[in-house]
Amino acid sequence: MRKGSLMSKTFGLIIVGGGGLIMMLPFLWLISSSFKAANKIYVFPPQMIPDPFRWQNYVEVFTAVPVLTYAQNTLIVTVFATIGTVLSSILAGYSFARLRFKGRDVVFSLLIATLMLPYVVTMIPIYIMFSKIGWVNTLLPLIVPAFFGEAFYIFLLRQFFRTIPMELENAAQIDGASRLRILFQIMAPLARPAIVVVTILSVLDNWNAFMQPLIFLTKRNVWTLALGLNSLQRFETGRDWTHYMMVLGVFMVVPVVILYFIAQRELIEGIVMTGLKT
Amino acid sequence: MNTQTIPLNAPRKLPFYRRLSFEEAFWGWALIMPAVLGLLLFKVGPVIASLGLSFTSYDIISAPKWIGFQNYSQLVVDNYWLKSIQVTLWYSVLFIPLSLIIAYIIALLMSQDLKGISIYRTMWYLPSLVPAVASAVVWRWALNPEFGPVNYPLRVLGLDAPGWLTDPKWIIPSVVLIQLWALGTGALIFLAAIKGVPDTYYEAAEVDGANFWVKFWNITLPMTSSVIFFQLIISIIASFQVFGVAYILFSGQTTSDPAGPGNSALFYVLYTYRNAFGYFKNGYASAMAWVMFIVIMLLTLLLFRLQKAWVYYETAGDE
Repeated sequence: MRKGSLMSKTFGLIIVGGGGLIMMLPFLWLISSSFKAANKIYVFPPQMIPDPFRWQNYVEVFTAVPVLTYAQNTLIVTVFATIGTVLSSILAGYSFARLRFKGRDVVFSLLIATLMLPYVVTMIPIYIMFSKIGWVNTLLPLIVPAFFGEAFYIFLLRQFFRTIPMELENAAQIDGASRLRILFQIMAPLARPAIVVVTILSVLDNWNAFMQPLIFLTKRNVWTLALGLNSLQRFETGRDWTHYMMVLGVFMVVPVVILYFIAQRELIEGIVMTGLKT
Repeated sequence: MNTQTIPLNAPRKLPFYRRLSFEEAFWGWALIMPAVLGLLLFKVGPVIASLGLSFTSYDIISAPKWIGFQNYSQLVVDNYWLKSIQVTLWYSVLFIPLSLIIAYIIALLMSQDLKGISIYRTMWYLPSLVPAVASAVVWRWALNPEFGPVNYPLRVLGLDAPGWLTDPKWIIPSVVLIQLWALGTGALIFLAAIKGVPDTYYEAAEVDGANFWVKFWNITLPMTSSVIFFQLIISIIASFQVFGVAYILFSGQTTSDPAGPGNSALFYVLYTYRNAFGYFKNGYASAMAWVMFIVIMLLTLLLFRLQKAWVYYETAGDE
């Protein structure tokens, strides 16, 4: 709505601001608990300031849990899967937006239709396929499919490429530039905002992934942070490692929060784009 | 408008593909080739394979055995399957309206040019970026009946705190609560939609003396109905596929009830996952997946049919 009255604005501030603060509490508690002793986390009333303040949790966790291995695996998957998704989706997005060829619209509709397809339907045959070629318990099932495009990102990029004026491309074509040069030297720089959005969404998606790593990675040495954290909360070691769990939680959440603050504008734009479509 | 003038150098009317250059078609296909292969390898192929598997009994080690419709007929008498449908539906019935309505109200409140809006936007949006595992860790504490802060206000009021994550009645509401923590995404999408309504409509209504409710019902709501519709579809599809939070919080804590006390968190996808990767009943799990796929397709089609009755599109799109 347009500008509200003073009363409705005050009301808005109370709900939106107060609610926002409540939304922030779990974050604060997670960070605070990561500095607590294991037996000081589940106490009532909750401690907001850790006492004793155990910064050494952040050192000990590395010997208690193979954090570096988990982090390395998560990073490898996130970096390579994102590169693959972004590259392949740019190629397809451009082609669908700008080139005319027989069968284009059929393929595009089919691609869009797969957005409705639940992952459980394809999960089993894909698992069988990867297990037959010996890729289970490697990071490949999480990386290789990314190089074959992601329907949703292709759609977003196509929509953006369509808004770029034809003239620039035509001029380059008259000068004899090849399609690939046009795409990477003219179109891609112009589509930078959309490419940034797709990159961020893809990073988040891979960093936060749970179900696919769970299916394909059963050995600890290939686990991602999400799987490592999940196993900690099952008390597999029989010891109370709640404080290390909190540290691992911080390791998972902090990069995401930093990414948000670096690319806040693009991220929000991207979310809006994904919601408003067409 | 069919009366456009044809420029002198226009090509004669030929079929679509004949007018196109070979070079353009070559590059067109070349650039979509990765996506086409992906479509075949990771979508179309597996969908067909999954349908095939759903008529077999298959544990991956020995060859699949054709058993006809047996998996499907078994589903109907499988109490766990019925339970998983009940759990998923109860969750959807609670979560979908709550998340859409709260997100919309927050967006509506945010849309009135509040001071410091970017701070509030951040506060509401950040939780939706939190990975499911981390959010489960935090909420397991927050909902703890003895130590959790959620019960704090209840205690002050002298009410008994429910066993959020231990009492079968409260498990689905708890999962709903946890998932509502991430409703910021929806709120931002609604906010953009509400902000997108042209001011002139409101000005015209104000001239006629319209109050807040009149403007809301006659302008804001209809003008944002297409976005509401889209969000509705997305949240239905997402609600049917809840997995992570249920698996992380409830899976495998006890052997007799693998999905929370009394299997009260046996979400549909969780049960499918168990059949495939826990019991190696891949044929059965495929049948389950296909039933869900068909339901989602039918529901989406039905909603698209029904949308004409309530969704308002400003312009007939050019697509």
